Amino acid sequence: MTATEPRAPGFEVDPSLYRHLADAQVNVEIDTGDMVLNLGPQHPATHGTLRLVVRLDGERVVASDVIIGYMHRGYEKLSEFRTYPQITTLINRIDWLSSFANEVPFVHAAEQLMGVEAPPRAQYIRTVLTELSRIATFLLFLGEMGLQVGAITPAFYGFRDREYVLNAIEAATGGRFHPNFNRIGGLKDDLPWGWAAETREAMRKILKSCDDFEDLVVANPIFQQRTRSIGIIPAELGASYGVSGSNLRASGVDWDLRRDGKPYLAYDAIDWKVWTHPDGDSFARYWVRLQETRESARMVLQLIDAMPSGPIMAKVPRIIKVPEGEAWVNTENPLGEMGYYVVSKGATGPFRVKIRTASLSNVSIAPWLLRGAYVPDVITILASLYFILGDIDK
Amino acid sequence: MSDDGAPDAAEGATSMSDSNVALLERISTALGSDAIVESVESLGDLVVRVRADRWRDAAQACRTELGFDYLSFVGGIDWQPAPSADEGSGDTSAPVQPKEQTYGVAGSAGRFQVFARVASTHVPRVGLTLKVDLDEESPAVASWTSVYPGADWHERETWEMYGFDFHGHPSLRHLYLPSGFEGHPLRKDFPLLAREVKPWPGLVDVEGMPGDASDETEAPDSAGGGDA
Repeated sequence: MTATEPRAPGFEVDPSLYRHLADAQVNVEIDTGDMVLNLGPQHPATHGTLRLVVRLDGERVVASDVIIGYMHRGYEKLSEFRTYPQITTLINRIDWLSSFANEVPFVHAAEQLMGVEAPPRAQYIRTVLTELSRIATFLLFLGEMGLQVGAITPAFYGFRDREYVLNAIEAATGGRFHPNFNRIGGLKDDLPWGWAAETREAMRKILKSCDDFEDLVVANPIFQQRTRSIGIIPAELGASYGVSGSNLRASGVDWDLRRDGKPYLAYDAIDWKVWTHPDGDSFARYWVRLQETRESARMVLQLIDAMPSGPIMAKVPRIIKVPEGEAWVNTENPLGEMGYYVVSKGATGPFRVKIRTASLSNVSIAPWLLRGAYVPDVITILASLYFILGDIDK
Repeated sequence: MSDDGAPDAAEGATSMSDSNVALLERISTALGSDAIVESVESLGDLVVRVRADRWRDAAQACRTELGFDYLSFVGGIDWQPAPSADEGSGDTSAPVQPKEQTYGVAGSAGRFQVFARVASTHVPRVGLTLKVDLDEESPAVASWTSVYPGADWHERETWEMYGFDFHGHPSLRHLYLPSGFEGHPLRKDFPLLAREVKPWPGLVDVEGMPGDASDETEAPDSAGGGDA
C-alpha cells in the first residue's frame, strides 16, 4: 500500500510503533554530518570579545577552538617601558572587575625586592579592599550566571548589591573600577571618616543578599537541572591545566593561596575558612563562589574590627629604584592565581615582567571541557568558568 | 603578613632554607644531578636551571615524582639590553636599564631563556621555578604539553612573542596576535612603535607643560604649533 492510496476504513497504526517510525525517519532522512558554528567574537555570555568555534554533531560539540587576543594590549611589553609606580596604572586594567587585587602582587614583588614592608595598617586596608574587590567580582557572577540560564532577577540583585561594594571602594580610593591606590611601601591615603560604619552596613546587606541568592538561584530546580553534572573538571586534570581559584576548589581541591601560599596581607590574623565542593560541575563553581562571597563579607567585618592604627606608608625613597633580583609573587585573586615574575636590573623600571593571569589558564581547559557538551550548555559552562577578557588577553 | 624568614638579599646568596635544600635534593635524585646546571634561592623561592635536553624530563619528574601537579605558567625572557635612546631608538621616556648583558638569578648561557613555574596543590608553600637556556640562532626546546596540558597556550604565547620553537607542541599558532603578524614583540630589539613615533613624557618631558619656565623662552606661536 502506498501513501497516496486511501486508507481502508478502520485502519489504525499501533501507537507503540510511533517511536520506531520516528527513529526510522531520523536515520534515513536527516544527515547528521558535522557543522561548524561560530560563537562570537561578540556574545552576551562571553563578557567581552572571545570567539569560540565549535564543531557540532547534531546538538553535541565534537571539538572546539577558543580564539582570543582581540583585546591584547601588550602589558608585558609596555611594562618594560615604564617605571614601577606607573605600572600599577596599567595592571589595574588586566582584570578590571577586581583592579585593586591586581595591584597587590605587583606591589609586593617590588617591595620584596626592595626589602620594604608596608606598615600593618596598610596591610589591613589592602586586605579589606582586596576582599571588597572579590565580593564585587563575585556578585556580578552570581547575577550573570542566573542570566545565562534564563533567570533575569538575580542579575538585577547582583548589580544592585555590587553597587554597595563599589561605593565603599570608591569612598576609600576615589575610583570605582581603577583605584590605583597601592603605592610601593603602603597606600595613597588612609580610610575616610565614617567609612568603617558604612562598610559594615554594606557587608550586612551582602550577607543578606547571599541568602537571597541561595534561595533564588541555588535552590531553583531549573538552575540545578541546567548546571548539575555539566562541565565537570576533574581535579587532577584541572590542576595540570593551571586552573586555579574557585574553579579548582569547586573540583574538591582544598587549595587557597591566601592560606597555602607564601603568607601575605593580614589573612593569618583573621578567622576564615576555605570552601570546596566535591562535584566539579557548573553548579559547584556557582556554589563555591557564593560561599566565598559570604566568607569575604565576614572577613571584611572582622578586618574592620581588628584594624590597627598607625602609619599607612613605609619609608621609601622618592624615586623608586628596585635592586637587582627576581621576585615571583602570586596571590589568590577573585578569578584565581595571579602572579608577577618581576626581573629587575636595578633601574627605575623592571627589565621583564611576566604576568600570570588566572583567566588564561582557566579558559585553556575549555576545549577539553566542551567536548561532548550540548550547545546550550556551552554557554553555561563558559559562564561558570567566569573569566574576564582583560585577564585573558593581558 | 611578611615573608617568613626569607633573607633580605637572596641575590647571589649561597645559603638556602632547609625546605629548599630538601627540595633540591629530591630533584637531583629524580632527574640526576648532571641535568641541573645551577640552582639558587631567590626571595625564598628555589630557581633551578636545567640542561636544555632534559627540559621535558624535568617537567615529567616534577609532575610524577615531586608532586607538582599544578602548572602556573611558562614564559620566555630575552636578556639582551634594549637599544637605549642614544643608540637611535628615540625613546627618552623608558627607564634606563644597564647596558651590559647580565643574566638574573641562576644565570644563563646566552640571550634567550624559557622559564616556568610549577606548584603543588597538596603541600602548601611549595613551588619551583625552572629555567632553561636556548640557542641564540635557532631557539628551540621540548614542549611540556604532553606533561602539563596547560602549557599549550603558554607555549603558543612564548612562541609568538619570542620566536622560540617548542618541539612536540601540537599546533604552534598565534594566540594573541593576528595570524599574519611579523616579528616577535617581546624580544628586546623589537621597538615599541608608539613610543618611537611620539616619545611620551616620562623621565624627560619632551613637550613643555603650559606655564613651564622653559615654555616662556619660546614664542607663543611655536608652542601652539608643537601641539598640532
